[in-house]
Amino acid sequence: MTGAACALFAARAGLDVVVVDRGPVAGGTTGAGEGNVLVSDKEPGPELDLALLSNRLWSELAEEFGEFIEYEAKGGVVVATSPGGLAALERLAVEQRAAGVVAERVDGDTLYGLEPHLAPGLPGAVHYPQDSQVMPALAAAHLVRAAGARLLTGRTVTDVLRTPGGAVLGVRTDRGDIHAPALVNAAGTWGGEIAALAGAPLPVLPRRGFVLVTEPLPRMVHHKVYAADYVADVASDSAALQTSPVVEGTAAGPVLIGASRERVGFDRSFSLPVLRALAAGATRLFPFLADVRALRSYVGFRPYLPDHLPAIGPDPRVPGLFHACGHEGAGIGLSTGTGHLIAQALTAKTPDLDLAPFRPDRFAEEAA
Amino acid sequence: MTDRPRLAVIGAGPAGLAATVAAAAHGVRVTLIDAAAQAGGQFYRQPAAALRAGRPQALHHDWRTWQRLRRALDAHVRAGAVAHLTDHHVWFVERESGESGRFTVHALLGPEEADAVAVGADAVLLATGGYEKVLPFPCWTLPGVVTAGGAQAMLKGTLVVPGRTAVVAGTGPLLLPVAAGLAAAGVQVAALVESAAPRAFLRRTRALAAQPGKVAEGAGYAAQLLRHRVRTLARHTVVEAHGIDRLEAVTVAALDGEGRVRVGTERRIPCDTLAVGHGMLPHTDLAGTLGCRLDGLRVHVDDEQRTDVPGVWAAGEATGIGGSALALAEGHIAGRSAAARLTGSTPDPQEWAAAAKSRTGLREFAAAIESVYAPPAHWSEQVTDDTVVCRCEEVTAGTVREAVAQLGAGDLRTVKLLTRAGMGWCQGRICAPGVAGLAGCELTAARRPFARPVPLGVLAEDHPQPTSRAHTHPTDGGPS
Repeated sequence: MTGAACALFAARAGLDVVVVDRGPVAGGTTGAGEGNVLVSDKEPGPELDLALLSNRLWSELAEEFGEFIEYEAKGGVVVATSPGGLAALERLAVEQRAAGVVAERVDGDTLYGLEPHLAPGLPGAVHYPQDSQVMPALAAAHLVRAAGARLLTGRTVTDVLRTPGGAVLGVRTDRGDIHAPALVNAAGTWGGEIAALAGAPLPVLPRRGFVLVTEPLPRMVHHKVYAADYVADVASDSAALQTSPVVEGTAAGPVLIGASRERVGFDRSFSLPVLRALAAGATRLFPFLADVRALRSYVGFRPYLPDHLPAIGPDPRVPGLFHACGHEGAGIGLSTGTGHLIAQALTAKTPDLDLAPFRPDRFAEEAA
Repeated sequence: MTDRPRLAVIGAGPAGLAATVAAAAHGVRVTLIDAAAQAGGQFYRQPAAALRAGRPQALHHDWRTWQRLRRALDAHVRAGAVAHLTDHHVWFVERESGESGRFTVHALLGPEEADAVAVGADAVLLATGGYEKVLPFPCWTLPGVVTAGGAQAMLKGTLVVPGRTAVVAGTGPLLLPVAAGLAAAGVQVAALVESAAPRAFLRRTRALAAQPGKVAEGAGYAAQLLRHRVRTLARHTVVEAHGIDRLEAVTVAALDGEGRVRVGTERRIPCDTLAVGHGMLPHTDLAGTLGCRLDGLRVHVDDEQRTDVPGVWAAGEATGIGGSALALAEGHIAGRSAAARLTGSTPDPQEWAAAAKSRTGLREFAAAIESVYAPPAHWSEQVTDDTVVCRCEEVTAGTVREAVAQLGAGDLRTVKLLTRAGMGWCQGRICAPGVAGLAGCELTAARRPFARPVPLGVLAEDHPQPTSRAHTHPTDGGPS
């Protein structure tokens, strides 16, 4: 998705773009995601600024692609399950509002008006109308197509071609060389490998997540609904399994249930205990789901960097190398802002956001 | 008795029955878990006892083998060596982590599939069978169009005849018994439309010569068809079904040497039933989730029918489509091997030499069959853009073609992601072969973590303690 967005914004900035992928379109984390375009789960800081920029760009793209990519500005509802949780949630909302997020405290009839099937007796929630959703695979495919980029799928990058001075000349793939003066590393969970090939290490690691998908239903869940502890899990550094219920209906009918986080490498095997925990969390929030059947589940790997911020922008270690990876679980949402900033960097414009917090070489300094 | 190791056999068709009987006779307790109300699987499907069928054997061949297996199963159940769990729909087999290597089989109970059961076992034998492959054609979704196996199941299970005038079409050895069965039950079979040209080839194949039983079986059906004056149209295909609210006719046409429809040979055959099938595919969901290696679409097994996951055996159609006789041989070997290994001895292949010999011959025969019966090479050209190929999600052939041509989809998973084909209730079990053909990509085994839909309430429950106790479910529906 990030690669597709970079391709679109770069093409619209007048550049000639080739998209190379080791698999098919949307074959990596994109195809295993829910399509979150969220501001609600981010604390004030550079990631929230990027999320707000991205959110605005998504709504603009939606005018062009909306129905093809199943864009839905459905809003998020973050539910507190205890009075203490509600107080913490409200403190976060106050800070988010100061950063430009629309966040409305809701409780009682208003909350149950938004989500009539929520478990009774919840103390309150915060409603985030800006939260949106897209169908990520369709979004990636349509953005690549709209970019008019040359799409080379099923090609693995085996090396980065560089001048004697170290500048990027292009990439070598298992099916031939591709020459270009600029290389954007949007390889997601493989971002660390591309960076290493280019001689500019980036510590991208996978964080596994499962999503449960139910049978198609008439619309019973109207927003993206999640428990307040999700925010803490997203920001957490722990390797252990964490699950916090995230429940949402989709335009196509099925309800999607997340979200689990584990650091287990690239292990794709299905873990019944994780799926049980997801189901338990979802049925606590929405008791009606107990009688709804899960049809399938899928697994994906969120690419993250140690400080949970993506790497975006030029790499000072290798002229011509740009990074756009490490967005963890927010890559779909943050892709548009990332693509926009990358296009600005590629065309030597002043970026709309300060790229300093996203500097790709920030870990090299720490290691040194 | 309770100290004996326990083998869970999943599926009570020919492979599962043969495995159960063989294992129970050699010192292990068996829990035979099956979705149907009675043992037999699709092949030995039994009419409900309440129907009081006078001569159920009229619809089956090899009735004696079935009776022998059934008597042996009943004896083991009475002796307490086998617990036969009927109406148990297995949705997941969990391999406990750590050294124990034990398994928990998770099932949903009864026709509603609402309540959950967990069965513990020391080893698992997957005899999950196969399912029918059906390729799409214009108006294949009309009521009156059924699968060949579905028509046969109706005959065997409910004794109900699915229509008055039928066309049986597609490809594969199943079409013969289906046409013969329908004709014998009084349905007028207007034509048997087979896209392959099996006769000439079968006459010369060595594998066939080695299987006189199979030849006799085929000759028997052919004689029945002759007796009922059923026309066989070899190298023909159904081009289109017709009807407004339900099936009224089909158009069939001859095929040229390359598998394309010969222009001008189309003709219309009035009928109210079209039984169509293009062969079988192995059920591999449980094996896939357990992490068993698949060879293409089938579960990989060694000479003892062991998968590459310790403690997991597989037999029958799940390891490759080959028919009931092969399933019986594989099931027997799997049951013997599992029994020996669970009781701590090294199995002696000499003990099942006869079954192994039979397995070799039948696998060669199955390979010959597979090479003869194939859908027309260019079947997908007949599928119009407005033909719904994925019924669950109502995805048309045009949408699939667009995803390939416009959005760069080149494999089944990407087509699914971009079109929703295969995301619905059946999880692609019905549409995947058709979608793969339309997209021009390989049919690959899907990852389906749940072998069947499971209520979230069941999934959310605290892990129910697995039971090993013998259930009191009757294995017999009553007097027959």
